[in-house]
Amino acid sequence: MARVKKSAAAKDIMKKALLSGNEAIARGAFEAGIQVAAGYPGTPSSEILENVAKYKTIYAEWSVNEKVAMDVAAGAAYSGRRAMVTTKQVGMNVLSDSLFYTVYTGLEAGLVVVTADDPGMFSSQNEQDNRHYARLGKIPLLEPADSQEAKDFVVRGIAMSEAFDTPVLIRTTMRTSHSKSVVSLGEPEKPKGAVPPFTRNLEKYNSMCLYAKKRHPVVEKRLKDMALYAESFPWNRIEWGNRNLGIIASGVVYEYARETFPKASFLKLGMTYPLPRELLQTFASGVRRVIVIEELDPFIEEQVRAMGIDAAGKDIFPPVDELLPRTIRRYAVEAGILPKEEEEPPIPVPENLPGRSPVLCPGCPHRTSFYLLSKMKLPVAGDIGCYNLGTLPPFRAQHTMGAMGASIGVLHGMGKAALPEPAVATIGDGTFFHAGLPALLNMVHNKGLGTVIIMDNRTTAMTGHQDHPGNDYTLMGEPTKSVDIPTLVKAMGVEKVLTVDAFDVKAMEKALKACTAFKGTAVLVARGECVFVSRNPQPAHVVDTDLCVACGTCSRLGCPAIVKAEERHEKTGKRKTKIDPLLCIGCGVCRQVCPSGAIQEPQAK
Amino acid sequence: MRQKGYKFLIAGVGGQGTILASDILSEVGIRLGYDTKKSDILGLAVRGGSVVSHIQWARKVYAPVVGEGEADYLIGFEWLETLRRLSSLRRRGVVVANDHRIDPMTVSSGEAEYPSPQHILGELKKVAKAVYVIPGTMTALDLGDVRTFNIVILGALSALLESDPGIWKGVIAEKVPPKAERINQKAFDKGRGLV
Repeated sequence: MARVKKSAAAKDIMKKALLSGNEAIARGAFEAGIQVAAGYPGTPSSEILENVAKYKTIYAEWSVNEKVAMDVAAGAAYSGRRAMVTTKQVGMNVLSDSLFYTVYTGLEAGLVVVTADDPGMFSSQNEQDNRHYARLGKIPLLEPADSQEAKDFVVRGIAMSEAFDTPVLIRTTMRTSHSKSVVSLGEPEKPKGAVPPFTRNLEKYNSMCLYAKKRHPVVEKRLKDMALYAESFPWNRIEWGNRNLGIIASGVVYEYARETFPKASFLKLGMTYPLPRELLQTFASGVRRVIVIEELDPFIEEQVRAMGIDAAGKDIFPPVDELLPRTIRRYAVEAGILPKEEEEPPIPVPENLPGRSPVLCPGCPHRTSFYLLSKMKLPVAGDIGCYNLGTLPPFRAQHTMGAMGASIGVLHGMGKAALPEPAVATIGDGTFFHAGLPALLNMVHNKGLGTVIIMDNRTTAMTGHQDHPGNDYTLMGEPTKSVDIPTLVKAMGVEKVLTVDAFDVKAMEKALKACTAFKGTAVLVARGECVFVSRNPQPAHVVDTDLCVACGTCSRLGCPAIVKAEERHEKTGKRKTKIDPLLCIGCGVCRQVCPSGAIQEPQAK
Repeated sequence: MRQKGYKFLIAGVGGQGTILASDILSEVGIRLGYDTKKSDILGLAVRGGSVVSHIQWARKVYAPVVGEGEADYLIGFEWLETLRRLSSLRRRGVVVANDHRIDPMTVSSGEAEYPSPQHILGELKKVAKAVYVIPGTMTALDLGDVRTFNIVILGALSALLESDPGIWKGVIAEKVPPKAERINQKAFDKGRGLV
């Protein structure tokens, strides 16, 4: 912790720093005088709040979910504090319900919402283009191309929010969030001291239909005003080059396109909703051919075409996957926009290399559950977190997965469909708090049938070990009350609640059998700390090769530390097991499942 | 300063410390006077999956990614991952490969065979201008902390780039936890002596 403080302080006195897009957004929050920031972790957005928390002038929290985070920011902005909310792209679906009331109410102080999208789906269940939220919500949209703009757009976003009395949406992509580039640091605005008593302007801040009806025309007028403002937005600029080709681009794609078409004319857009009509007309009339290059949906292209400008775009560049300089070049060559160059093809990589998918870490408490679910061949409604790796071989034991907290509702539906077999839901502690609670209440009230395994590893692991209501500390490092999951679940009315040590294979199996035999809603809390929480590695286990019968049971644990030995079983010819001492942390789960006693603790040998 | 700058690609297994290495390499680029950009993969892939970091030093960098056939240096933290990312290397580029193998699940389950490191080395030598095999993991183990192998590799790279070791060591001091600084400086020196 001391280290973190030192580096944050060191950055402050430097004029320039190499920052990721997410670090730059945090810096922007500091410079913009934002005082309240909330969000829910999700790749590629998580590092924004983690870095915001290093600035002492800002209150930062991991809220229980994105919708709550939005409400927290709204409450702060209604109270006169500048505020920010952060989310990953699918979290915006959760957040939007609350975002949309702030569009009508406006705010007493600036509010920016940052969504980090994931073209290429590096860590998401879909590839949705959140720019549509700006259009749906009728709010301005800023798309930074690099870390400098990421920082500047937060500062400008707050100014716009206050000038137009609207929330402002900033949309990054994984590449802008997770790339580092050089940023010039500015002076922070002095944060406000005390705020006045709460503004009792209920005709504005209470969206009862009577009042909201009067606010809608305000929203529409504001949109027109902002379209005018977009004409002079400093990061919307024309860069004249060769007039045969005019490219419109925003975000990191602008950087790619600049590299691919060094001589073309560019309309570089920093604000992509509402669009500057006159600037677009000027640009289009100054070039022979207009092409919009954008990742995912034809968001800019459709608006530009609706203005009567004959622009190409998605007929050349596909709406799936991220675009990279090389792919842009390839599609441009195919469309005849760039000449085919005689260049050497890249060095070929041998085909059929063994794949390397992500895996549960050695010592992961989720391993036991998936080993057993796979062995018992139960249908499993899965959820989002590290435990989604239980979907991959050797387990293949999460048969559905779609959205945060969905597992419990899906399980309930499976129960109401009267399956011939008992069904299970798997959900982590963080995800349970995020969106599992209402679904479990629903199961209790509507007399559900099924077992919910709450895999309580004491952290929000997948996104980088953020705190949640089950922890006794906050994002800002303050001690707080931790919510006990079994107590909570019992209070919600679940009758069958078992709590088991996730590393005890026999106890887990017994509990799972008891829960799945129960005719009602059962909850099994599988407790075991994530290895990044416990940080307590034990000596590596060893394999007594003489005792190993090469049965392969330990391989069904999907542990990276369990590997094949050179030595083969004399009768079956199958490779025996060995344990990689650099990876094993001695959790002992493999020792418990080994039927021949070959896997042992080191001192036993 | 090299007029054209440099493009690096680091290939490894999630959890091996590729991001710390790319952070250090980027910061060194800045201190050598280059515009620098880098891009990492975070999230799901970090749990033992295949990961890459892109780093560029140039007078002006636009895209933060290194395309296929563009890397001047392919820095491999693990044999199979080095081979997997070979298409990123430009013809006549240089490979710096850590002599270490981590079996993916497809291999430990028996469904795939791990190509032998000798075979991989042969494939690398066929196309690279030079291949430097660094016993990074063994060296770091000898030093007492296997995690410092990434700094051993950077030490070797610093020698290949003929750059001032003082710049590198200054950056390392800022990027690693204070209590691990000494061992990381040692790892750097060891690595620098390996080429």
